[in-house]
Amino acid sequence: MTVAAALPAIGAIRRTRRTRLGWLAAVLGLLALSALLSVGLGTREVGLSDIAAGLRGGSDTIGQAVVAVRVPRTVLGALAGAALGLAGAVMQGVTRNPLADPGILGVNAGAAMAVVIGMAWFGMATLHAFLWTAILGAGLAACLVYVIGSLGPGGATPLKLALAGAATAIATTSLTTAIILPRNDIAGGVRSWQIGGIGGATWEAIVPCLPFLLAGLVLSLTSARSLNLLALGDHTAAGLGARVARARATAALGAVLLCGATTAICGPIGFVGLVVPHLCRLLVGPDHHWLLPFSALTGAVLLILADVLGRIVARPSELDVGIVTALVGAPVFIWIVRQRRPRDL
Amino acid sequence: MTTAAPPLAPTATRVAALRRARAGTRLRRAALLAGLLAAAVALTLTVGRSVTPPLDVLRVLAGQDVPGATFAVRDLRLPRAVLSALAGMSFGLGGIVFQTLLRNPLASPDIIGISAGASAAAVLGIVVLGWSGAAVSVLAVTAGLAVAALIYLLSWRDGVTGARLILIGIGLSAMLDSMIAYVLSRAPAWTLQDALRWLTGSVNGATADQALPVLAALVVFGGTLIARRGTLEAMRLGDDTAAALGVPLTRDKALIVMAAVGLIAVATAMAGPVSFVAFLSGPIALRIAGPGRAPLVPAALTGALLVVLGDFAGQHLLPGRYPVGVVTGALGAPFLIYLIVRAHRTAGGRT
Repeated sequence: MTVAAALPAIGAIRRTRRTRLGWLAAVLGLLALSALLSVGLGTREVGLSDIAAGLRGGSDTIGQAVVAVRVPRTVLGALAGAALGLAGAVMQGVTRNPLADPGILGVNAGAAMAVVIGMAWFGMATLHAFLWTAILGAGLAACLVYVIGSLGPGGATPLKLALAGAATAIATTSLTTAIILPRNDIAGGVRSWQIGGIGGATWEAIVPCLPFLLAGLVLSLTSARSLNLLALGDHTAAGLGARVARARATAALGAVLLCGATTAICGPIGFVGLVVPHLCRLLVGPDHHWLLPFSALTGAVLLILADVLGRIVARPSELDVGIVTALVGAPVFIWIVRQRRPRDL
Repeated sequence: MTTAAPPLAPTATRVAALRRARAGTRLRRAALLAGLLAAAVALTLTVGRSVTPPLDVLRVLAGQDVPGATFAVRDLRLPRAVLSALAGMSFGLGGIVFQTLLRNPLASPDIIGISAGASAAAVLGIVVLGWSGAAVSVLAVTAGLAVAALIYLLSWRDGVTGARLILIGIGLSAMLDSMIAYVLSRAPAWTLQDALRWLTGSVNGATADQALPVLAALVVFGGTLIARRGTLEAMRLGDDTAAALGVPLTRDKALIVMAAVGLIAVATAMAGPVSFVAFLSGPIALRIAGPGRAPLVPAALTGALLVVLGDFAGQHLLPGRYPVGVVTGALGAPFLIYLIVRAHRTAGGRT
């Protein structure tokens, strides 16, 4: 390319960077706003003065006590949303598939089943045990679905992956029910393994997950370059010097860590990982260096807002956030399917 | 194959002979399935918590009053066996019709959201409105039809392709599942275990009142489907070919889909969405019946066999008592994976 021809391109890149920084500021602002809403709104509304006092550790009024409960919940919502949004972006990159999402691909259901098996058959009770089992289950489910979905000519097409994921999710869910039904002692916890929610979050539950989430975050973010290369197709990526199999495995491991750890505390939450990357691609384009951090931030905003929505529409009771994300996310899924040409499915 | 016909016979004669032989084989195998079903029903009538002598069972069925056996056989086991068989037939028949229409074994109503629609309506009717019996059936059928229409409308964009329809069905069923979860979360805690049991599919405590709507649906909708099997056969060749063969596509397709949805919805309202029966019956029946026309009757018989035997296994063969849906779900999972693997290897998974 000649210098003269390259100049407008450089201008375009500069403009894109400005737009991206603008969106970044907007998303950060939204995150702060949604966190404030999440602490302030609910069955009982809390004023700004109480929020300020509650954040400083006060618990003199009811409002301040409410704040003390809602802060960990908001933090968990942000963490889970960021993890799921990021995991979705990574999965869509690894599988080169617009419908990839930890919920649709059955990864969350696999994690939930592993935890239930651990509880019912091995008497597991500690959060650490749950975490390891959930990550193991998520990893197994991810491998299974990917292997099943990529068999045959054409590789992992959206239809094959989605069918394999849906089938695996139905199968694991029915096995989970089979395990729980005769066990009255653990049946009380059944619902939390079928619908994801972030109510009842405590710091004690959040802290043990942090190392896993951090590891997943690092693995995912450092995969940005290889995901960009993978987007060009396996052959081109290999030609450009990428180790395709290793890059894919590393990124997938990051996504599995994120989903597994999230499912271990929140239960299965679907569609965040589907919706968020698509939204972010519209805002900042397909470059994974920007897409991945953006997906994490937007995921956090989306999950917190979905949780707030669930608290408002069903007052004085609550709608679990997993229900809200499915109701909001499934139409987006349908929209994405409708956008694509039949032969690309 | 050619040994049956003389070597120099005209092709038409040979084809006719082959077809006759094949029809004979299929008839024999269908009869075998029916025999197996009869045996399975007889088994569930005889064996329960206690074993009733077969002669006593026969006498009860003939209308006599046998002390110690009448209650167990006539009031407990018979309605249960009948409901199992009828619901299984409905699931099997409805399932294979969808699989045939969409030309994909994975496109069964329990995967593409029809069952989820009927379940959501039934759960709503039972938990929120406090309805039961025929009212729930009507509601479930209406919702099943509405969901089917919605899936069809949403996947319409310069025509409907199978892949888009299946994916949109998966998306819709995710929404419906979360609605079910929401309704259940509002249910009083003591009904939760019951609701879960129902949701996996169960024929516990079956009564004749439950079996009647299923029977009616089977007669009306099943009859429609069997009567239209020629159309269904033509549609297997693809819409264009079917139109060229003179099949009035839109009307017949709508009729067939409505009948299949009706079967699935009524059976779901009465017995719960027994996991995977609609999905499993067709492919199993296809393997039993061999190549040729879509095996509607064998699929219905297979479905019935699955539910009757699954219920028996859940009640008497496993430690503890499981509803039938758990057994069929556990059976279905590995078979499903096997089918996906096979379907992809042969057809590339495209529809």
